[in-house]
Amino acid sequence: MSGAATQPVIELTEVYKAFGPKKVLNGVNLTVGERESVVIIGGSGTGKSVTLKCILGLLQPDSGSIKVDGEEVTTIGQGRDRDRINAKFGMLFQGAALFDSLRVWENVAFGLIQGRGMGREEAREKAIEKMAQVGLGRDVLDRFPAELSGGMQKRVGLARAIAADPEIIFFDEPTTGLDPIMSDVINDLIVECVKVVGCSALSITHDMASARKIANRIAMLYQGKIIWAGPADQIDRSGNDHVDQFIHGRAEGPIQMQVRAL
Amino acid sequence: MRELHPINFVALIGRAFLAFLATAGRLVLFATEGVSHIFRPPFYWRLIWRQMVDIGYYSLPVVGMTGLFAGMVLALQSYTGFARFSAEGAVATVVVLSMTRELGPVLAGLMVAGRIGASMAAELGTMRVTEQIDALTTLSTNPFKYLVAPRLLAAVTMMPLLVLVADIIGVFGGYVVSVYKLDFNAPNYLKRTWEFLEFQDVFSGLVKASVFGFLVTLMGCYQGYNSARGAQGVGAATTNAVVSSSILILIFNYIITELFFSK
Repeated sequence: MSGAATQPVIELTEVYKAFGPKKVLNGVNLTVGERESVVIIGGSGTGKSVTLKCILGLLQPDSGSIKVDGEEVTTIGQGRDRDRINAKFGMLFQGAALFDSLRVWENVAFGLIQGRGMGREEAREKAIEKMAQVGLGRDVLDRFPAELSGGMQKRVGLARAIAADPEIIFFDEPTTGLDPIMSDVINDLIVECVKVVGCSALSITHDMASARKIANRIAMLYQGKIIWAGPADQIDRSGNDHVDQFIHGRAEGPIQMQVRAL
Repeated sequence: MRELHPINFVALIGRAFLAFLATAGRLVLFATEGVSHIFRPPFYWRLIWRQMVDIGYYSLPVVGMTGLFAGMVLALQSYTGFARFSAEGAVATVVVLSMTRELGPVLAGLMVAGRIGASMAAELGTMRVTEQIDALTTLSTNPFKYLVAPRLLAAVTMMPLLVLVADIIGVFGGYVVSVYKLDFNAPNYLKRTWEFLEFQDVFSGLVKASVFGFLVTLMGCYQGYNSARGAQGVGAATTNAVVSSSILILIFNYIITELFFSK
């Protein structure tokens, strides 16, 4: 595994998070190395999104440590330090989360203009460049997000995530809601972007095709714990029943879906 | 349903009271955070300007109509009422004092609660639900600074101007009804309008306007920002924003009046 010898970019140690009586994260341990692409797989409601939101500082974990480039981030609050940490991040949201009151190029350039104080002209040029990287032409620059298809919105979201040249990009269900071909296009773009930008990536998905394509390393989250983690090419020989059931998508197995009769 | 034992009843009151205190505390924290970002750079002038136009300019028709008819009905009501004890001469004074002190700010506040408070709650609620607020944070932009502070600043500064317009139109409405329908002498009516009007009457109304603008925006932003998931969550946030800000307007209206005029 690349980056294992150097300091990990992200390091989660025994992270716990509960919402009321519901324990969502039960001691998550995870590391992402430099230039490594880690994918967290797991069913719905296993705490994938919560893990991501804890790292991004959108949620505060109850206990445990989260380090970014060796710096503890669970205790820095919401001020300037958080902005400084988040400046290292790029995030592609599940629904793209584009600002619908802003034009496409303003969306892509948002982090540059608001976060870094770059001039609008310069930011627009940078936005054009980043949009070309994800295969979007100048014709969509001045449109509004609502006028674009789901796949195009995802691409704009991706362009926005890489616009500020982040060290780490997070992908929240990058292929959900897309047709198989567009999914593959997005997967290719992710692989390409991570390679071109030269950053690390942490993705969460339940789409195994996507996970296999974009991951160096896969970790499986189940009941708030990482139950298996290993190189992507060894996922078929994990020797873990839960993982086997998940990657083959079987209803029968150790993972019992909570299906209740009403 | 549990048996209604007296102690359960007490527990119910206690729980409701604790929930009220918790909400009040959250609201104060939210307001403090929002206000503090008004004074801390960077400032988003474009956003402030856009909100000012939206709150100040586009509310003009609604607030103007409200003021006009409030002034007109005031003249009519006070005339028919005061005629019973031959005090018709007081109509002009009643209209101008009621408009500037009470009806101008309160009616404008309630109309703006419906127009601006609802739209803020819906907009921020949708942004919350579609993760746009989270996206702001990940793009190193504080949502309070970007979303809440410009709205608060715009409402606090624009509402007094709106109410001033409502006051003037309301007094004009009263004048039109008095002179053209009730056959008042026009110069006399105008003289009566100015005669007893004091600076404090207008000023207290403008202070109210500013406070109401703050309350409407605060509730709109607070409800939207904390909106629950889904279309239902956004709908509930919108309703709560309008209802709570309307009630707060009436409560604070009393408090401010008390502060200005009680002797």
